[in-house]
Amino acid sequence: MSARDDILGGIRRSLKRGALGGERAAQLEGRLANHPSGIIPRRSQGLDRKGQTALFEEQAVEIATTIERVASLRDVPKAVADYLQRFNLPAEFAATPDPLLDKVPWNERPLLKLKRGKPSPTDAVGLSVGFCGIAETGTLMMLSGPDNPSTMNFLPDDHIVVLPASRIVGPMEEAWQKLRQAKGGTAVAATMPRTVNFITGPSRTGDIEQKLEMGAHGPRRQHILIVEDDSIA
Amino acid sequence: MESTSHTFKDNAHDALGNAHLQSALDKMRAGFPQRRLDAIGKLPEFEDLREQGREIKNHVLENLDWYLERYERNVIAAGGHVHWARTPEEARQIILDLCRKLGAKTVTKGKTMIAEEIALNDFLEENGVIPIETDLGEYIIQLRHEPPSHIIAPAIHLTKGQVEETFREVHTNLPADRNLEEPRSLVAEARTMLREKFLKADVGVTGANFLIAETGSSVIVTNEGNGDLTQLLPRAHIVLASLEKIVPTLEDASALLRLLARSATGQDMSVYTTFSTGPRRAEDPDGPGEYHVVLLDNGRTGMLGSEFQEMLRCIRCGACMNHCPVYGAVGGHAYGWVYPGPMGAVLTPSLIGIENAKHLPNASTFCGKCESVCPMKIPLPKMMRHYREREWQKKLSPATQRFGLKLWAFLALRPPLYHFFYAIAAQVLGLLGRRTGGSFYNLPLAGAWTATRDLPAPQGRSFQEQWHQRQKQKKAA
Repeated sequence: MSARDDILGGIRRSLKRGALGGERAAQLEGRLANHPSGIIPRRSQGLDRKGQTALFEEQAVEIATTIERVASLRDVPKAVADYLQRFNLPAEFAATPDPLLDKVPWNERPLLKLKRGKPSPTDAVGLSVGFCGIAETGTLMMLSGPDNPSTMNFLPDDHIVVLPASRIVGPMEEAWQKLRQAKGGTAVAATMPRTVNFITGPSRTGDIEQKLEMGAHGPRRQHILIVEDDSIA
Repeated sequence: MESTSHTFKDNAHDALGNAHLQSALDKMRAGFPQRRLDAIGKLPEFEDLREQGREIKNHVLENLDWYLERYERNVIAAGGHVHWARTPEEARQIILDLCRKLGAKTVTKGKTMIAEEIALNDFLEENGVIPIETDLGEYIIQLRHEPPSHIIAPAIHLTKGQVEETFREVHTNLPADRNLEEPRSLVAEARTMLREKFLKADVGVTGANFLIAETGSSVIVTNEGNGDLTQLLPRAHIVLASLEKIVPTLEDASALLRLLARSATGQDMSVYTTFSTGPRRAEDPDGPGEYHVVLLDNGRTGMLGSEFQEMLRCIRCGACMNHCPVYGAVGGHAYGWVYPGPMGAVLTPSLIGIENAKHLPNASTFCGKCESVCPMKIPLPKMMRHYREREWQKKLSPATQRFGLKLWAFLALRPPLYHFFYAIAAQVLGLLGRRTGGSFYNLPLAGAWTATRDLPAPQGRSFQEQWHQRQKQKKAA
């Protein structure tokens, strides 16, 4: 007997029943199709755009992310340039192919040099666009795909993320809802991106005497530019 | 990993005399519980979430075969492969075969307790494949050839001085006069050493905190980002997970994530929570070209339907050991196998047999703290009691202890006889005790007990005698 049949048979023997069918299987099928939400923390519910953005910022700052709010995409080049200067970082940096970055007037800061595509191991700084922000815990949700190499979230020492305020949601469940909608209503295997990253602050470790140190393997610093212009989706 | 659980008593004795370990444990006892309290203090729904988490996992266990088949179907639909393994031997062989097929020389590894359970590293090394642990704690103990002592903080038994020593010994290509006094410089050195390994690895092996039936995704939770570099950079990603990691939907995973980090490290969320579904897509610029999942049973199907089924709800947060007075005194290595602390005292006999786990179910004061902090409300003390019963039935406990208990049980079932002997014993001990000032400083057969404390002598008459006398006096009055 194959290991698979042995294991499934063993489960059924232990539970003293055969393979599930009929009504019971239909119930399980229904539970997957409806994917019900459970208890959702009150702190992330019923907030308007302003409230969600404020909660996102409050939670993100607590986990050592830095946040800067800018009015529109026009303000992004200056914000990036200021950040690079503040930490004495190179003006040449990696940036994802995300089309939203095409709408940023980079030519207003001719010294900045974007290398679009996936990062190389030597890139010190990476720039991405967030799929959404989860206010509940100050978490970024990043999706893999042609516009968003996942390695950008991990290889550079400094990770800068552009996040339109319109993409901030309350709890985790709303983030899944957003993904299900973006992918046609339901996140079955065929439409789930290869990698979904929930990122809650810069990389850290407490493995040596429980003393918290930043930058264990991923970025040492994470900086989010919240773009408040509501016309960007 | 070879079990030394049967020598728990000796292991514990050595641990209590180990100054480095005791200093490291002092820090742990002060750290984890307070951080957990702070985190749940900010989430008023925490207790309700525990109840909900318990229900989700109970639901999965009752329908585990159905969810596993659905999970498998969705992994395949996303272009991945599922391999079933009944035993550690089968799981190791599947992974080695995959490595050989891919021509892999080095394998980077995210933290996985299942790999410890199947002793994967030794096996790969014996067969010419080099495993490289990338979680900082795991990396340190791999260099020191030690097993992990905690399921989420594998090097918690070490001081920074010991880590420095190890790094100087192993990283011989770095200047000998470099400063490694602060944890910061140790972390930076490990980062540099491991970055090269990440970029060169052929295969990445990670565990899974959850497997999602709805999407065929595996989920890992880390703070360092090592698990992500492990799975994104090599040509293939192999996920090693046990059967009970299944949850139905993304929403169910979210509900459990709200419990996991808070119970473990006192964070609201760990830094990186990653959902991986299949290999990279044709249009993806990065990611692994192949995606394999190895599903391990190793005795778990036998736990279903038994008094130990509830143990399969465990989400491996480590809260039970962080709060355990026994773990806090002796650390994780004393337990002698992969899983230490209260969850280990139940899981170890379930996986390697009570004959081999021996004393572990007795490594408890039954204070009940483990159950009260368990996010999945697993009745750990109750299950340790079940194992003590089995230990008794299988005649594994020492003969003197069995004789003493039998004698006591004989008397306790015959109350008049019990009171008769008790009254005599209380009087004799009371008389003897008066000669030494009301306490015994040493007792025959209990020398170890009286070595560190005195036994107060009885006052001469039993509670029941005194009670009867008072009742009589009351009536007379």
